[in-house]
Amino acid sequence: MSDARANILRISKARKSFGSDEVLHSISLSVDTGEVVAIIGPSGSGKSTLLRCATLLEQLDGGSLYYDGEAIASGEDDGPAVYASAQVLQSARMKFGLVFQDFNLFPHYTVMKNITDPPLHVQKRNREDVFAEAQTLLEKMGLEDKGTSLPCELSGGQQQRVSIARALALNPKILYFDEPTSALDPELTAEILRVIRALAAEHMTMVIVTHEMSFAREVADRILFMDSGVIVEEGPAEQLVDHPRHERLRAFLNKLET
Amino acid sequence: MSIETIITMLAGGMVTSLQIFCFTLVGALPLGLLVSLGRGSSFTPLRWFVRFYISVMRGTPLILQLFIVYFGPYYIFGLQMGQDFRFTATLIAFILNYAAYFGEIFRSGIESIPHGQYEAAAVLGYSRTQTFVRIILPQVFKRIIPPLTNEIITLVKDTALAFTLGVAEMFTQAKAIVSSQGSLLAFLIAGIFYYVFNALVAFIMERVEKAFAYYHE
Repeated sequence: MSDARANILRISKARKSFGSDEVLHSISLSVDTGEVVAIIGPSGSGKSTLLRCATLLEQLDGGSLYYDGEAIASGEDDGPAVYASAQVLQSARMKFGLVFQDFNLFPHYTVMKNITDPPLHVQKRNREDVFAEAQTLLEKMGLEDKGTSLPCELSGGQQQRVSIARALALNPKILYFDEPTSALDPELTAEILRVIRALAAEHMTMVIVTHEMSFAREVADRILFMDSGVIVEEGPAEQLVDHPRHERLRAFLNKLET
Repeated sequence: MSIETIITMLAGGMVTSLQIFCFTLVGALPLGLLVSLGRGSSFTPLRWFVRFYISVMRGTPLILQLFIVYFGPYYIFGLQMGQDFRFTATLIAFILNYAAYFGEIFRSGIESIPHGQYEAAAVLGYSRTQTFVRIILPQVFKRIIPPLTNEIITLVKDTALAFTLGVAEMFTQAKAIVSSQGSLLAFLIAGIFYYVFNALVAFIMERVEKAFAYYHE
């Protein structure tokens, strides 16, 4: 593609309701290749729902969703979102990875099998390549000696690193994090933040829903502040944290400091 | 009649009891899995049919179900069944009855798996079948071993109900010996047989449980 800053993800006028409760009101968002975007906001602001819609765990009621310029869901202005064929959705799934708050590792599989099973059985890739790559990923995560361990034998921080490796093993173009440190104590949180920082240094495209404000400010290129299902403010990370323009964002940041 | 003769006769009956037991397990476990899937199906008529089936199997006595399967072909369709049908009817009734119970056990296991497992599998691109076979089912087995053990032990004892259709299993033999000998000895020995059989079942299931204990959630 000639455009070096091509959108890997584009969401336009996304709407989502649970019953009569609309949790996303016409959200639009684009993420460029190599960009790190942090989404912050109070609980119930819709940030997790946005991530779940982007990762196809939930379906949008209205609006459009594109990966690499390909329409995954498309909707007219106020009409319902129409999803593409199962085949297109499946190929979209291979473009993103998601790291969950509570890891969701497969408890009956070893660390190595957690990482290698999807590339082997979903992507049907060559065994030797998959294992070699998995070993490299484990080393990168500082878990080179944990391949034969089971998730239950690892600390929370180690489990989360395995889940990051599992997501990366499918070679996604964009990696989502849904509050990746919320289930961890401060020490283990630092472990995970270190890993994400290293990925950012390699220009991995990432969208991170987080409550770690100083981390978001440091690692993200851009921050989105969401409240009540809308993006209230967005801008370069440092500017948004240091010079918030909206009252709601100011109140949110103040509350975090105290 | 000597104790040796009684034991030999009961052991002969035991072989039939074992056959009922094994065939029922082999038939009812896979059928139970299908029942649990049907019970959770999004296709409403199927879901309601399975619910109805389960409620009938659980809501009526197994002994009644045995009679209906055995006499049904004659009274309903006027079909004359051969002597072998006693055994076949026993198996049909046992498999249908136990599949309902196993189905509910499978269902409880399937429903106990955290939703996050399905979500992780979906995001990683696993198909629905792959998710069920590779991710969910192995975890279900681990969780349902204790209730499954209970049900299997009940099955061992329920095989004695086949005597009502005149199948020559162990209890039928014991009953015949007791009435011809005028002594309860055969019942006592049969009791010991059942007890040892169940002790073996419990032992094996404990080993299975241990085999699954290599991980915990």
